[in-house]
Amino acid sequence: MTDAPASGGPTVLGRTVGQEIPTFVRTPGLHHWNRYAAVNDEFVPIHMDDEAGRAAGYPTAFGMGNLQWSYLHDLLRQWIGDDGRIEHVHCQFRSANVKGQVITAHGRITEVRPEGDRHVVELEVWTEDQHGTRLAPGGAVVSVPAAE
Amino acid sequence: MTQTVTSYVSDEMRAVLGAELGRVVSFPIAESDIRRWAVAVYYPEEPPRLFWDAEYAAGSVHRGIVAPEEFNPFAWMTAQPAGLARMGDNDPNGIEKSLGVRPPPTEFQLNGGIDVTYGVRMRPGDVITSVSTLHGYHERRGRLGLMLFTTMANTWTNQHGEQVRLTKGMLIRY
Repeated sequence: MTDAPASGGPTVLGRTVGQEIPTFVRTPGLHHWNRYAAVNDEFVPIHMDDEAGRAAGYPTAFGMGNLQWSYLHDLLRQWIGDDGRIEHVHCQFRSANVKGQVITAHGRITEVRPEGDRHVVELEVWTEDQHGTRLAPGGAVVSVPAAE
Repeated sequence: MTQTVTSYVSDEMRAVLGAELGRVVSFPIAESDIRRWAVAVYYPEEPPRLFWDAEYAAGSVHRGIVAPEEFNPFAWMTAQPAGLARMGDNDPNGIEKSLGVRPPPTEFQLNGGIDVTYGVRMRPGDVITSVSTLHGYHERRGRLGLMLFTTMANTWTNQHGEQVRLTKGMLIRY
């Protein structure tokens, strides 16, 4: 699971401090938001109706902050796999996800440290649109087994 | 005449810091709840097998299906209080009103962010209890005037008394 130390520090799952983990990309719209509303009981007009979105000051209906939160977790799970643990996540909801945006969840490693039989990895995480505007910036701590 | 507000936090509000805001118990989590949640948050791609394939999950480190960490077991209906889950009414001062305290004279609210520490995973059959408390107030003057930051702590435990998650949520009011 953990590779030999590379120049500049330890490497975990092919990445080291300063590097980004593989991104998670979606182009959310009503198909995504309606499915999320159905599982989270979140049928709010601003997430379903363009007129309600415009009345709230946005060009269209817009997605749930909670779905951005899920995309950050998808990003982490995609990288750490079944054996990895998400220990901690935090984020702010700074900007709405309106229709037509391509949303990419990113993570950049800021620290790697051994802890018992695991490696603990701290990351800066965020979602951004296709113009690089950050919607939900935050941070995360994950851990993975140090060795098989 | 416009008066400059110097503080939103009254002695009455300070006195209820730490007070319980609510306690909710979920119905037992069903495999289909987990499966549908996973479909929604990975749509349009297929979600990881850990969330829907019992045979695959049994061979994993988890020894069975687990829920995605951010899964919400309280959507739609709760076992206690029994009935439809209560949605917030978006009243910016609902916290203080629910505690019988005079609320601050704020008009607007924003979700300031969320901070979660995870414990054990949620599994099919688990019954989750959520307890929310009023954690703290602080204030800062910003572009929109005096801003009141209210932190709420929310602890989820399973039927074995194990902590599932600790959430700190920030509400910004002005």
